[in-house]
Amino acid sequence: MVSLTINGKVVRAEEGEYLLAVIRRMGIDVPALCQHEAVEPYGGCRLCMVEITKDSWDGWKKYVTSCLYPVEQDLIVTTHSDKVNDLRRGILDLFLARNPETPLIQKLAADYGLTRTSYEAIPEPNDCILCSICTRVCDAMGFSAISMVNRGHGKEVAPPLHQAPPDCVGCLACAQACPTNYITYEDVGNRRTIWNKQFELLVCDKTGRPTITKEFADYLIKNREIPEDYFRIDDASHREELADKMGRITRWSVTEEAK
Amino acid sequence: MRIESEKQLRDYRKKLIEADKKLVKKIMVCHGPGCLASGAEKISAEFEKQLKKKRIKGVSIESVKKTGCHSFCEKSPLVAIEPAQVLYTRVQIRDVAEIIEKSVKGDDVIERLVYHDPKTDEAIEKYPDIPFYKHQTRIALRNLGKINACDIDDYIRVGGYDAAVKAVLHMTPDEVIDEVKKANLRGRGGGGFPAGRKWESCRKIEADVRYVVCNGDEGDPGAFMDRAIMEGDPHTVLEGMIIAAYAIGAKDGYIYVREEYPLAVINLQKAIEQAEAIGLLGDNIMGTSFSLRIHINRGAGAFVCGESSALMMSVAGHVGEPRAKYIRSVQKGLYDQPTVLNNVETYSNVPMIISNGADWFTSIGAPKNSGTKAFSLVGKVRHTGLIEVPMGTTLRTIIYDIGGGIQKDRQFKAVQTGGPSGGCLAEQHLDLSVDFDTLTAHGSMMGSGGMIVMDERTCMVDVAKYFLSFLVSESCGKCIPCREGLYQLYKLAIAISEGRGKEEDIARMERLSDHVVVGSLCGLGKSGPNPFLSTVANFRDEYLAHIVDHKCSAGVCKELIKFEVITEKCDGCMACISACAVNAITGKKKQPHIINQELCTKCGACVAACNRDAIAVF
Ligand SMILES: Cc1cc2nc3c(=O)[nH]c(=O)nc-3n(C[C@H](O)[C@H](O)[C@H](O)COP(=O)(O)O)c2cc1C
Ligand code: FES
Repeated sequence: MVSLTINGKVVRAEEGEYLLAVIRRMGIDVPALCQHEAVEPYGGCRLCMVEITKDSWDGWKKYVTSCLYPVEQDLIVTTHSDKVNDLRRGILDLFLARNPETPLIQKLAADYGLTRTSYEAIPEPNDCILCSICTRVCDAMGFSAISMVNRGHGKEVAPPLHQAPPDCVGCLACAQACPTNYITYEDVGNRRTIWNKQFELLVCDKTGRPTITKEFADYLIKNREIPEDYFRIDDASHREELADKMGRITRWSVTEEAK
Repeated sequence: MRIESEKQLRDYRKKLIEADKKLVKKIMVCHGPGCLASGAEKISAEFEKQLKKKRIKGVSIESVKKTGCHSFCEKSPLVAIEPAQVLYTRVQIRDVAEIIEKSVKGDDVIERLVYHDPKTDEAIEKYPDIPFYKHQTRIALRNLGKINACDIDDYIRVGGYDAAVKAVLHMTPDEVIDEVKKANLRGRGGGGFPAGRKWESCRKIEADVRYVVCNGDEGDPGAFMDRAIMEGDPHTVLEGMIIAAYAIGAKDGYIYVREEYPLAVINLQKAIEQAEAIGLLGDNIMGTSFSLRIHINRGAGAFVCGESSALMMSVAGHVGEPRAKYIRSVQKGLYDQPTVLNNVETYSNVPMIISNGADWFTSIGAPKNSGTKAFSLVGKVRHTGLIEVPMGTTLRTIIYDIGGGIQKDRQFKAVQTGGPSGGCLAEQHLDLSVDFDTLTAHGSMMGSGGMIVMDERTCMVDVAKYFLSFLVSESCGKCIPCREGLYQLYKLAIAISEGRGKEEDIARMERLSDHVVVGSLCGLGKSGPNPFLSTVANFRDEYLAHIVDHKCSAGVCKELIKFEVITEKCDGCMACISACAVNAITGKKKQPHIINQELCTKCGACVAACNRDAIAVF
């Protein structure tokens, strides 16, 4: 265990924990847009930046992303100093130029006193904040069906060659994890469409309700040792067990639970 | 043969020197990047072809050496005759026979081909007497221009692998690290972090596997120091890495070579094979238990891949994107193992430090900045090329003595150091000492060694715009301050250059820059606003002239300028008329010409074509 000071309070934390986890545990609200519990921290949105120093640093301060900074003995952390707030406001101003119509960004920006960007908004904006949660979740599921493509300002999330992704099994992990609902899908009857790829959904033997895609089921049968008939029963206890086996990244039957 | 003792190496060297003495004359054909581009291969082939047919005592086809960059790229292709130290410039195929006849067979110098002082027109026969060479000290580039690039025998003959043998057979790893620490060798790839300290931290971490990595990504546009070393003296890179690997206890090394450098890959590969063949690399080096395999990785072609964490991701086969470095790479680097990453030039200094000792190294250079630094000197200086100077040399010496001053005797305006995210220094900085700390203190940086000289016809807003556009397109896009912040900075710079800027924009850009510097994930973003910050710090009036008066005094920003013929100066030669692609210039021979403002696209072709400076830009 190490002990450190956050906003004046001395707290204890496990070695190897990241600052953000400790800050959140204390109930302090620090924005963190590229953070998702199912995947490793990324450090892209920079909103979780905090000010750190130590008594031994002679007044020297550093600005670090709390999602990635491991706790340290005697660290003194300030989550909302003037400088940090100014930095967050500056970053949100840039977010607003990129995603002017995205409710999540608008709300966060408003929290920091911004209603519109001071820059020229980009033409044809969309709701993708490039947090890369979708691609990282997809990697964690073991599919890597989508990825971040291009560099710099032209970066975007896309399947290979912008075609229906061959490795996608229609598990919806990306769509469910997307913080701005930019990734959409459509379930009609026992048909699912995501990333322009069509899937057939298995159907529960008892209720006739669709469960998951055939491709996803095949994958789970093969890789997570789950019996085949499992996916033909749409039952709450099954769902829980399965969610555990899959690391809780996706949910079982989205039609019912999600959104 | 395998080399397993100091004596064996010495004996082998003696033999090589004896054999070499039989060559009374050597013809050093520079095969550096500049000379290759201007046909050096054809010239060395011609020398070989003609020498095959001739019988000259003490001269054979072996006398033709294809060397690394000789330095004076502007005068390429270069051919030096040794041991006379005569340098022939801009050599053509048709000159080869004459050179053989007069300077190889005979001892005459062909006046026409030697360097002439641009002011006095005096011919200077020997290259050490040419000002371009006189102020240089070559350590990292010591063998360039002196030996065959891919010949381990040549390398050994001039003292190569002495240091590796000394380190591996006669020094403990700690002694090696101490020597490098005492020499205060600072990383030549940009940051200037002390290499010895890096090695020491890496060695101290408990681990079974450690790596040495060489950064040969050289992403700065126009820079070619590392390329010249990798192509022209690959063995020095290997030797530096062998010493580093021995010091930290690494069994595998990786050289990450920029995608655009295929010749570097070929030459390094050859060098690795040659070194392995005599037991200086591979398993049980010099008969000891120390083994090292060096692998070559082709770069992924992005500027950001030169950044340490992105480079290690790329070597490991992932997308070359930087990671946050709160855990340092000496602790958790390549494949999450303790890793030492150093630049090509850093490694090539190492053998000299081990051979000559730290005291020798610190006797060269400036306080806390020992040794030399290589630069590719380009831009509006009279003489461009690959130079190496002791740290502490002033910018003035580099630009005026080595570089020969500004082309066409125009006015100096700025010098940009540190690559795209470096900074521009002005007239008042010319007497600054060129070293890591001084450049950083004045808002620029050493970077990996690009040095671009700019004259009065360079617009500083345009310069900022140019480098920002480079960085915007090279940002990996992972973190928002760099991706969006540099983009907005670039947009604002464009607005100013087009006369749409507002006075408060400067302050806005400064604030935005601060957010990008503090907020970005890696060094690219953290130094990304430098092109703006350093130009606005040193040339604020020029920004204001664009914003308030809508004037670009350098005559560069198209939206703000007008081209006009100065009637008194124009002699009606019609050169501009034929240069103009849009037929905007009219006039008769021997009568002043006229530019039609409606048609003029402000491309500047007429200005370049005019020999009388008769076209003014307002
Ligand atoms: C955007 C960026 C690009 C870089 N490109 C290079 C490069 O091309 N070559 C290089 O040696 N170092 C480059 N660096 C510096 C490396 O991250 C690293 O500091 C260096 O290779 C360490 O070696 P040194 O200590 O010997 O200089 C770059 C850094 C950044 C932030
Ligand atoms: S949560 Fe996005 S950078 Fe930390």
